[in-house]
Amino acid sequence: MEALIAIAIGSLTAAGIYLMLRLRTFPVIIGLTMLSYAVNVFIFAAGRLVPGLPAIISPDAAGYTDPLPQALVLTAIVISFGMTAVIVLMALGAWLEAGHDKVDMDDADQEASK
Amino acid sequence: MMGHWIIAPVALPAIVAALIVLVMRHDLMLQRVFSVAATLALAGIAGALLMAASQNPPEIYLLGNWPAPFGIVLMLDRLSALMLVLTSLLALAVQFYAISTDWDSRGKHFHALFLFQMMGLNGAFLTGDAFNLFVFFEVLLIASYGLMIHGAGRDRLRAGVQYIAFNLIASTLFLFALATLYAVTGTLNMADLAARIADLPEGEAGLIRVAAVLMLAVFAIKGALVPLQFWLPGTYANAPGPVAALFAIMTKVGAYAILRTTTLIFPPETAATGSMVADLMLPAALVTLAVGSVGILGATTLPRLAAFAGIASMGTLFTAFSAFTPQATAAGLYYLLHSTLATAAIFLIADLVADRRGNGSLTAQPRIAQQGLIAGLFFSNAIALAGMPPLSGFLGKLLVLDALRADAALIWTVILVSSFLMVLGFGRAGSVLFWKSHAVGDAAEPDHRPEPLAFVAVGGLLAGLVALTVFAGPVMGWLEGTAAALHAPDAYIAANQLPPPGVIEGN
Repeated sequence: MEALIAIAIGSLTAAGIYLMLRLRTFPVIIGLTMLSYAVNVFIFAAGRLVPGLPAIISPDAAGYTDPLPQALVLTAIVISFGMTAVIVLMALGAWLEAGHDKVDMDDADQEASK
Repeated sequence: MMGHWIIAPVALPAIVAALIVLVMRHDLMLQRVFSVAATLALAGIAGALLMAASQNPPEIYLLGNWPAPFGIVLMLDRLSALMLVLTSLLALAVQFYAISTDWDSRGKHFHALFLFQMMGLNGAFLTGDAFNLFVFFEVLLIASYGLMIHGAGRDRLRAGVQYIAFNLIASTLFLFALATLYAVTGTLNMADLAARIADLPEGEAGLIRVAAVLMLAVFAIKGALVPLQFWLPGTYANAPGPVAALFAIMTKVGAYAILRTTTLIFPPETAATGSMVADLMLPAALVTLAVGSVGILGATTLPRLAAFAGIASMGTLFTAFSAFTPQATAAGLYYLLHSTLATAAIFLIADLVADRRGNGSLTAQPRIAQQGLIAGLFFSNAIALAGMPPLSGFLGKLLVLDALRADAALIWTVILVSSFLMVLGFGRAGSVLFWKSHAVGDAAEPDHRPEPLAFVAVGGLLAGLVALTVFAGPVMGWLEGTAAALHAPDAYIAANQLPPPGVIEGN
């Protein structure tokens, strides 16, 4: 299971970084989302992977999994979700104002690549 | 003992900001009154906290009354109280400026976002929990996104998208760092982290080093340390003037976080990290200083010049912090106070000029209204930023140079040569802006609203620099006490009343 989780985090991160390096806003946002998925799984794994055990105290539990990373990951999901919503709106605004969705600021380059 | 007052700098702006959004969204006058009143109250509270912190040992505030390290804690010590005071004073000046120049009416929710930003800043300075630091970073960032695009416009929106994307990457890195720290130590309370990393078994050191470098990278992005400074000129130059001035404290949040983590969690005495942090930080800081001063020389617009002045000041600051001696840290803190006020003032002056000219371009153009007054403010501010006598920039650089005698050949050369470049850059900008306009001149008398309060705001920031210069002795005495406490954090750790080692694992 550790190997599977590690591969999942690794491939999400790689895809995220590749997409973030693209020139247009939409792939960059998808890349950021991928990266935040990767980090969410990573935080979850930071409490060690323990299958089939409860996180909350109960009298008949054989052991426990660490509940803190679950709380941390919840916070991280909420924040990254909110931030993604903000950047999507901003990107929409920038696209409507500028007429294109290139990330680069240099207008001379924009003219040349049209 | 301050008790519940410790949470007031976080709770007060949050409540007033919510009220402003919900109740007074259509009444700008009411928003202005409440926003200024809240900032004044914050300044008062911060002052009281500073008095308390300078007399007492660090004080803990348990959120929800959960004991450390299980609950989240706020910590009031001399450094955090100092940052609170600095933030509230800067915020007052920025607010007066924004109100006087009507910047706050060019879009919606300026005052609510402003107060949410204050909440995030104050929280980041107060928190004693690493994950809570991340949360407050996000609070101040999301408010800063709104402020950054205040008034909208094509270039501002596009610069805003870059700014957000860059900060989202930084937040993700921060989460990776925190998860790595938690995986190794099992805690995120800063004092508990310090205690646990200090006696960590040899084999775990590798992961701690990874986490330390990741955290350093995150804070370096915030603090605009080369090679992670690319976001700053575009963002600050395209942000509204008063917002860029408020952002002068945002880079200092990065500096504060680096100072806090490197003195508390990763001090040079810790076996796991050793002098690694200092070895990485010193060259980066020197290059930052060089990039900033060359940028001042090469800037084509006044807001970009101001942004590079901000980068250069961060270079000097991090150079001082990378020495890890109490003397250098105290000198760095003095320079931090100076550079926050001076950088904020240059952004406000750049906005005054850009507003009267209709553009910020550094070219000879006809005379502007109130040219003499603005030119006087610009030159006194340039003297402070370049580090020439008699203002606090000179004293700050002198203190930093004095504290860094060990590597004098390299560090002194970089600081002195970059100061020379800054003098050249500011001299060129000032003469093009204010002197050559007489050659271009036309007969018509330029006309503009007088905006007295805006000049009061800029003058207030410069008066702060004068006060720092005049009271340099007592201020440095206080800062030396602060630096000594930072480099011997036993009292800070003791205030957390952590359970003795083994108690938690034993059950």
